[in-house]
Parts: sequence; structure tokens; C-alpha cells
Amino acid sequence: MPHVAVVGAGPSGLFATAELRRRRPDVPVDVLDRLPTPFGLVRYGVAPDHHRIKSVTATLAAVFADERVRFLGNVGLGSDVTVAELRRSYDAVVVATGSGAARDLGIPGEGLPGSITAADLVAWYNGHPDAVPVLSWPRPATVAVVGAGNVALDVARVLLKSGTGLDDTDIPDPVRAGLDAHPVHAVHVVARRGHHDVRFSLGELLAFDDLPGVVPVVDPAGLTDDPPPGHAARARHAVFRRWAENSPGPGDRVLRFHVHRSPVAVLGSTRVTGIRLADPTTGTASVLDVDAVVRAIGYRGTPIPGLPFDPERATVPHESGRVEPGLYVTGWLKRGPSGVIGTNKACAVESVGSLLDDLDDLPAAAPSAREALTAAHEVVDWAGWTRIDRAEIALGRRHGRARTKITDTAELLAHARH
Amino acid sequence: MPATDEETVVPYVITDACLDVMDRTCVAQCPVDCIQEGERMLYIDPDGCIDCGACEPVCPQEAIHLAAALPAELQHFEAVNAQFHTATDYGPAGPGRAAGVDHPVVAALPRR
Repeated sequence: MPHVAVVGAGPSGLFATAELRRRRPDVPVDVLDRLPTPFGLVRYGVAPDHHRIKSVTATLAAVFADERVRFLGNVGLGSDVTVAELRRSYDAVVVATGSGAARDLGIPGEGLPGSITAADLVAWYNGHPDAVPVLSWPRPATVAVVGAGNVALDVARVLLKSGTGLDDTDIPDPVRAGLDAHPVHAVHVVARRGHHDVRFSLGELLAFDDLPGVVPVVDPAGLTDDPPPGHAARARHAVFRRWAENSPGPGDRVLRFHVHRSPVAVLGSTRVTGIRLADPTTGTASVLDVDAVVRAIGYRGTPIPGLPFDPERATVPHESGRVEPGLYVTGWLKRGPSGVIGTNKACAVESVGSLLDDLDDLPAAAPSAREALTAAHEVVDWAGWTRIDRAEIALGRRHGRARTKITDTAELLAHARH
Repeated sequence: MPATDEETVVPYVITDACLDVMDRTCVAQCPVDCIQEGERMLYIDPDGCIDCGACEPVCPQEAIHLAAALPAELQHFEAVNAQFHTATDYGPAGPGRAAGVDHPVVAALPRR
């Protein structure tokens, strides 16, 4: 019987596993993850206040109800096992490890203290085991968030809500305290794209209408009268036009959108004091006085030994998910960091289709190599994750919350053991 | 003023642009399988929908709207989608509900 390894227990890996189950219920699947916890970016990327989106974990977890699907947590690709070892041990390997690195702006001053990546900030506020505190500004701060997508809006919303405003979420207590110790009175969202081309989704924008004490404002310059094509883009345009009329009063905290503005330099000598922007058409420059800059301009895949890599696109070259017979990619590593959670389902269906076209003709792997592969590691299985899950729910319950995340790897492993 | 995201995030709604077309691209995108098929159009289950938004941009008919941004003339489709999933008149609710029925408002619409 062929045996498949899926590397990465995020949405892409688990959608691929579910599709494998659906089409070939007889084929066992091992799902590896470098962390002791499943769900990848649903757990560590989706904003903590997006409760409904996070509820996709119930759907994703369903694959583990089948005993032919094993969770092998705490097994890192590159650190604990290699692609070559996996290929010897499994008949087919699907790599779904995503795009972990942040893209840089490539402008002067980007390395100053107070200039951080959204990737690091998001990992920290979501309690990722590898994350470190990144907020450092004098209080209360004005922050520029550079980016034209929903991650920029997540960052802006989380900073404006602060720890107290995230009381009903699973963020760890030190994160809640850290956010409260670094209050934010204004956020500038800076996007190179024009109003018609920004990637902010309508629902994410509308959420700012409901944020107490926060007034969203749009610079009317560059806001045209012509609505863009597409009803969602038209509705977004209408929101921007409405917000262009807003005038914040004293005491209001402000979320100000600067669209069609390119960041050209982060300013400051010992730490960030401002950001210089330019109109990409006219070159006209302006400066925003800010205490911090968060760049949320996307993620990049990083090369994995044993997999080809396209440095231009920062993805793994493939044909319908097939890197070569026996080796497949899905999710962000395959198509780049775009789309929403659901996008990865259709993506996984394609990759698994390619895998199943090949599967019966692939050379058989050695089952003994498979067991030896993980014997030397402390593997967290699904029962282990269930124990972590229960511990987090119990921790949250002490303060009336549904869950509080545990962030320390040693502590996660201790809970997994008993 | 809504205090939690639970209240501010509104699910998506399929409208009559889907009627007699049923392209179904959205069905493959939905990560939680909350889009169900009637005889003449598709419907989103608001309780199953996780607000991920994967369905909205892929519809070639632009039939899918964020409920909070529905044009006035389409607002009744919010109830049409919700009722299709909860009312037992259309067969047993939940995934796998037999195609071949529609919400009465939809069934009464002229063929396109």
C-alpha cells in the first residue's frame, strides 16, 4: 500500500490530506509539522479577533479522525528530516510549508529600531513559539503600516484595539500586556497601489466602522469619482469616499489611509522618527512623523534543500502541483502568498489530482525507513495535540476566555506528553 | 456599538445573478462546504460560512456579495440564503441536501 507524507499541517497541507482521503481513502497519510501544534497560519497568522475564520480548524481537524491519518508534530523539514529522506520513506511527498519570510521594502532606514515586519508582529501577537516581542515605541505612538492587503489591516486593527480590546481572544497574557504597554493613537496605512487596485477586502475595511473611538479617514487626493469595475471593488470605493468625508475630533484615534504613495525612506538616527513618501506619478514627496513602521508588503517562500526554487517568484516551480513524479507542492509555496484560506482548497485539489495520476506507477518506498525516520525525534501525535488543546482551553477558562495559547515549546511538549 | 468581531463580520450571500447559471466555481473554493445547490441557484449557509471570502471573487456572474454591502434591491437574498438552510420544506437541512428544490422566492422568478 502506498503511503503519502504531507509536510505542513496548515490549511494547505490539511486540505491536501482531506482531498487524498476523499479520493483514495485506502492510502495512509502522515502529516508532519515542525511545530507541536497543527493548523499553521490559521493558528499563527489569522488575526486573533477573527473568530469565525479561525473556526475552520474544526473542518481541518476532521482528517485526523481517521486512524490512517497520523499527525507527526515537532518534526521539522530541514532540521529533523530532509526531503531526500522523506522521498526514500514515502511513496509520494506533498510539501505545504508556505512562505515564511517577510518581503522587504528595500529602502534606506528599513533596519532602524522601530522598523519591523508584519510577519514578526503577527507571529508575536499570535503567540508563535519562535516569536519575540517587537513593540518598542515611546507612548502613545503613531505607527505607519505599509501594505495594501488584509495583513496591513489586521496589524492596524490589532494595534488600535490594544490588549484590552482583544480580551475575548486567545492571545497569551504577555502579549495582551505588551499591547497595552504600547498604546497607539494613530495608524497611517500606506499603499503604493491606487484606490482601485488595493487588495483590502470589503469586510475587513467595514470592521473599522465598528471600532470604538477610532475614526477612519481617507486622503481625498487621488480618490476619483469613477467607480472601479466589479461590485466588491465598487463597494470598497464607496467606503473610501464615505471615509474621505470623516473629520476626527480631539481625542479620537485615527486610522488614515494614504493610497498611491510609495515609501522612499524610513527616517531617524537612533530609531524611527518618520517615513518619507512619494507620489509614484509626480514624485512629490511628503513626510509622516511616526514612531514605528510596520511593513506588511507580503511574504516570500525560502529555498528548501531537495526542492527546486524560483528566486524571482520565491516559489517552487511545478506543473499542476507536480515538481516531479513523487514530489508535489501546494499552497503558498506553490503559487505565492496570495488568496484567502479557501483558495488553498482548490489549490490542494489540483496538486492531489496530479499526485493520484502518478501514485500507482511510483516506485514503492521502504516502510522500515519510514519508522526509523521519526524514531529519533520526540513526535507529538494527535493525542498529544489534544492534550495541548485541553491545557490551552483550561488556561483560558481561568479568565473566562475560550482559550489562551501556550507559547513556550518546552511547555507545549510537556503538555503533549501527559 | 458591536463589541466583538462575531457581530461585525458578516457572511456572504448569493443573489439572483446565479439564477439558471450555477457556475459552481464557488463550491470548489469554499473551505467548509457551506454552499448548497438548489435547482436553479446556489445558496450560502450563514451558520457554516466562516467569512473567508474565497467565493466572492471567483464568481463569474458576480452573484456573491458581502451581506453588509448588499445593494438595496438584493437585500432580501440574505434571508433567502439563510432560510434555504434552515427550513425543512426543502428537504433535510445540512450538507447533501437533495438538489431539485429552491427557496419559494427563487422558484417564482422567471427563467433567464
